[in-house]
Amino acid sequence: MNHIALKMLMGDRGKYLGIVMGLTFASLIMTQQPAIFIGLMSRTFSFISDLGLPDIWVMDKKVQFVDDIKPLQDTELYRVRGITGVEWAMPLYKGLLKARLADGTFQTCNLVGLDDATLIGGPPIMLEGKLEDLRRSDGVIVDIDGAKEKLAKPALTPGGKTIPIKIGDSLELNDRRAIVVGIAKVTRTFQSQPVVYTTYSRAKSYAPRERKLLSFVLVKAKKGENPHELARRITERTGLAAYTREEFKVLTYQYFMKNTGIPINFGISVALGFIVGAAIAGQTFYNFTLENMRQFGVLKAMGTGNWTLLRMILLQAVLVGSLGYGLGVGLTALFGFAMRNTILAFKFPWQLLVFSGAGVSLICVFAALISIRKVILLEPAIVFKG
Amino acid sequence: MNPNALAVSCQNLVKVYDTGGQKVTALNGINLDIPMGELMMLVGPSGCGKTTLISVIAGILDQDEGSCRVFDEDLLHMKGRRKLAFRAHNIGFVFQAYNLLPSLNATENVSIPLIINGMKRVEAEKKARQVLEQVGLGARVKAMPSELSGGQQQRVAIARALVHSPRLIVCDEPTSALDHETGHNVMTLLKEVALHKDRALVIVTHDARIFNFADRIAEMDDGHVVKVSASLQQISH
Repeated sequence: MNHIALKMLMGDRGKYLGIVMGLTFASLIMTQQPAIFIGLMSRTFSFISDLGLPDIWVMDKKVQFVDDIKPLQDTELYRVRGITGVEWAMPLYKGLLKARLADGTFQTCNLVGLDDATLIGGPPIMLEGKLEDLRRSDGVIVDIDGAKEKLAKPALTPGGKTIPIKIGDSLELNDRRAIVVGIAKVTRTFQSQPVVYTTYSRAKSYAPRERKLLSFVLVKAKKGENPHELARRITERTGLAAYTREEFKVLTYQYFMKNTGIPINFGISVALGFIVGAAIAGQTFYNFTLENMRQFGVLKAMGTGNWTLLRMILLQAVLVGSLGYGLGVGLTALFGFAMRNTILAFKFPWQLLVFSGAGVSLICVFAALISIRKVILLEPAIVFKG
Repeated sequence: MNPNALAVSCQNLVKVYDTGGQKVTALNGINLDIPMGELMMLVGPSGCGKTTLISVIAGILDQDEGSCRVFDEDLLHMKGRRKLAFRAHNIGFVFQAYNLLPSLNATENVSIPLIINGMKRVEAEKKARQVLEQVGLGARVKAMPSELSGGQQQRVAIARALVHSPRLIVCDEPTSALDHETGHNVMTLLKEVALHKDRALVIVTHDARIFNFADRIAEMDDGHVVKVSASLQQISH
């Protein structure tokens, strides 16, 4: 009977494609929009992700997310270094600074100051130059997106293309000269501001005069040391907040979830997609079953049981569901691939596949259930009505 | 099999429909016996209960009172799965509107009763082609219903009713959608191919042009069988 069920489904090409398209649309919306949302939200903690070496981030207790800098005194670094279980502890400066561009305009940048001796906390991928070049006089490393876009030099002719800054070019940071010694690849931040790396001591000289300038202390736990336990001990001994990398990501992510309208905006979009997709696919599938009611009646009259009919309808639902899901997810993947080199935030984790799979399954089960109910209640005697 | 054995025996059949609070008595004490090997026609005005009666005889509708025994089995008291199996094995259907599945070709449509009875698809389609050959459609075995004329579609429907060798075939207005000549051919086919001593045919019809094919004609009116005639001449008008 499976063969008959599939033939019944595919016999009317228009309706068959209508159901598959409805489910494709639902699946596309249920994967593409959350993929953009996840991409966007992951940018909120991209700076933490890019710093792979430290196990623990130490900061002021009132810090709410990675860009919420509440500077510490430099002496805190030595207190942290003195705690049992700490392999090393390094200072990190992170702050916003205005760079004066060649055309006279100003651009806000993320300035990151790395420990002068070890340069721990540097960019994950160097595209041009070397991290050690930061030790050269006035040396800074600029991220590639910043170099090409916001920090780029003006076009030579009006309306022409801007010229990306390159190694050897100079910038003006807070009235001080900085020389580009490297170009790095970093994950885009939430605000997409250019990221400028330099040494900790030089960062302090670029930064506005303040009594306290230490943004974070980056800590590596000794081998065998539990980072959670060490973080707890650092907090206990110093009174500072200490989070493992994952905890700090969650703290940052939750701040944006609670304090911005992004989740609700995307949530509405995903929910609407789900409802529209469910309505289109569910109604088309239901109408398809209604229109085939006489055929189901004939099969019933000829001795087909309700279980067999139920299996036939479920098979039809599973087939259109799988096709719609596959096409929707495929289109989302294509979309992500096409947008890989653009500013668009897009992340497609496996959990999203499970989420949209569950969503499409829910639509199919719902559509099949309302159809099955009709078929089970169907009186086979309708076949004798002309 | 005993040649006088009854295919169908209805005693005091009553069926009442509840249509929105209004009771309509479709069958009002029907008594009717149909022996094996007989072509019985049920005739009468619209709404007299003909379709309800064949629905009860075919086991797709339950009566409210009385008994209907088909091959000595009381279908009313038969449990769901057994009743389905009984219908699948013993009853063949021919409908007024043919009721072929539009997305299946002639062979696939004819093979359905065999598949319902558990036969493998390949074997079922092989047997279906043989029966299509028998009804004169050997050249159209792969045709879709939409590619067939009304007469050809009804032949496919007859092949579908015959393919699993049921002992009872119920036909609802099998010629009403066909012209005179095609209707005549369909009835000839039914009588020659479908009817034999181990099978009974019950045909509901309005079509007076085919009355001469009947062995007996049961005239119905207002839920009763008012007369059972043995020949065309005895039919009241």
